[in-house]
Amino acid sequence: MTEPLLQLRNLRVTFPGPRGPVQVVHGVSFDLGRERLGIVGESGSGKSLTGRSLLRLLKHPAKVETDRLIFDGIDLNALSEKQMRNIRGARISMVMQDPKFSLNPVMTIGTQIAEALRVHENLPRTEVKTRVRAMLDQVRIDDPDRVMKLYPHEVSGGMGQRVMIAMMLIPQPDVLIADEPTSALDVSVQAQVLDLIDTMIVGNGMALILISHDLELVARYCDRVLVMHRGRVVEELEAGQLHAATHPYTKGLLAAVPRMDETRKVLPVMDRDMEYDQ
Amino acid sequence: MTPALSIDHLFVRYGRTDVVKDVSFSAKPGESYALVGESGSGKSTILRSVVGMVRDWRGKIEVDGMPRQGRIDLAFARHCQMIFQDPYASLHPRRTVDATLLEPLKVHGIRDRAERVVQMMQDVGLDPRFRFRFPHQLSGGQRQRVAIARALMLEPRLLLLDEPTSALDVSVQAEILNLLVRIREERNLTYVLVTHSLPVVSFLCDRLGVLRHGRLVEEAGVSALRTGTFAEPYSQELYDASLGAGDRDLAALQEATRGMGM
Ligand SMILES: Nc1ncnc2c1ncn2[C@@H]1O[C@H](COP(=O)(O)OP(=O)(O)OP(=O)(O)O)[C@@H](O)[C@H]1O
Ligand SMILES: Nc1ncnc2c1ncn2[C@@H]1O[C@H](COP(=O)(O)OP(=O)(O)OP(=O)(O)O)[C@@H](O)[C@H]1O
Ligand SMILES: [Mg+2]
Ligand SMILES: [Mg+2]
Repeated sequence: MTEPLLQLRNLRVTFPGPRGPVQVVHGVSFDLGRERLGIVGESGSGKSLTGRSLLRLLKHPAKVETDRLIFDGIDLNALSEKQMRNIRGARISMVMQDPKFSLNPVMTIGTQIAEALRVHENLPRTEVKTRVRAMLDQVRIDDPDRVMKLYPHEVSGGMGQRVMIAMMLIPQPDVLIADEPTSALDVSVQAQVLDLIDTMIVGNGMALILISHDLELVARYCDRVLVMHRGRVVEELEAGQLHAATHPYTKGLLAAVPRMDETRKVLPVMDRDMEYDQ
Repeated sequence: MTPALSIDHLFVRYGRTDVVKDVSFSAKPGESYALVGESGSGKSTILRSVVGMVRDWRGKIEVDGMPRQGRIDLAFARHCQMIFQDPYASLHPRRTVDATLLEPLKVHGIRDRAERVVQMMQDVGLDPRFRFRFPHQLSGGQRQRVAIARALMLEPRLLLLDEPTSALDVSVQAEILNLLVRIREERNLTYVLVTHSLPVVSFLCDRLGVLRHGRLVEEAGVSALRTGTFAEPYSQELYDASLGAGDRDLAALQEATRGMGM
């Protein structure tokens, strides 16, 4: 058997708290091949922290420990910050949950995407511009020439998300970590953008980690799904088997989704007290 | 009856382009009205013009019969609050949850502040241990709940909600939606909600307006979502796409998992 592209063992994340350290991720482990892995779970369960830990993005005072973090034969824990920067973006990239927060507010969108491309390869100016325009077009931005000249605060919520995706896809990384990449998009654009990600993943032999609270979406676009709850992976499923979920938490998530022909006055919710015992 | 919000022939432009074109609709007191439509169609812009966050608009906007001018005064803030699409941008990075929720109470000289803060955090499902945290110390969904809590602190009569639950997982979304339904009943609130999720509209709203390229192409009752019949081809497309995305399969799934004592 070949080595997986990415190996994570026993990830723990701890923050200092008023009454001593608080651990929020409790030993997450998984292997990732050139496949599509989904991570679902309720708000605060540690999905984003897990994604960010893979890129060593968490800074003091967060304490991040792993027994093993190997990417393509490289021990990421052993790299210097400078070496790590060469990995980020070019080989593993991440679409953050808050697009506008992760975009540079004083740089136009066109310039930012061009920078992302330059990290990857040295291209003549005109070629860069053509590639940026084509990428924006692929994420279904209607008027790429106008949007390239805009600043992040001048685009709508859904456009901001697509700009982020364009920026992360353009250097053609080996692994794309997408944290709630399409939560601000309506269903049809969402499908188009995810289809695009999907085409690139399959076409270029990339790996995808799709973090989402949307079970249905994850079931559609992933091969395998990890369900997180309070900092732990509580269940692992083949995406097609989501309906066969046995963990009460996974089942609870399914029941809480409103329906198109909704007639319930109150939606079922989960027992939140379970969370309070930390 | 005076509408809670009335928008009449509204045009909004950024630079030289109109992004909202001749939009008119109104919401009755106690009504919940949804604005839906594709990304970039002008939904957020309409809400922003109601709260005075865009400059270049024409037409008439009336809140509770009072025409809107540019400024936001205290009385207006008490009457109308908005929950923004991007919780990161709308929360002050150096303010704790506690300070964020206290501020509107202080400005308006409201008493029993600490109790109100604690109660509101509970209402939106935020554990009390988050009270003295800064936004960057919270997950995405937790930040969104802080933004929702802040808007509710002043008990406004008109609430503008821009994608309030799209950053939330379905269990927290269910809690927030239940909360919104409950306080609307208790206080006869009016909601104008922007969302891309038609099932959320179906659960929370009475009527919806469909926007496309800055124009309101159709208004319908939520019953249209149950029967699946719209007059305009574009609305029908939006609806079909939403169903096509698996809403049906999910319904079947839910059928299978129903009655598990959740
Ligand atoms: N800087 C920090 N200091 C203390 N606690 C933190 C910090 N950052 C995150 N946390 C806590 O860690 C937990 C996990 O956060 P994370 O952002 O990974 O959640 P998530 O699963 O992505 O949730 P969501 O779906 O709401 O985005 C949360 O309870 C959050 O409050
Ligand atoms: N400050 C601004 N300057 C220039 N153009 C802007 C500005 N704000 C918004 N726009 C443009 O106005 C149009 C409508 O934006 P708006 O934010 O209202 O869309 P929306 O319907 O809320 O979309 P989404 O669902 O993606 O949030 C977009 O084309 C956007 O680029
Ligand atoms: Mg998150
Ligand atoms: Mg918007």
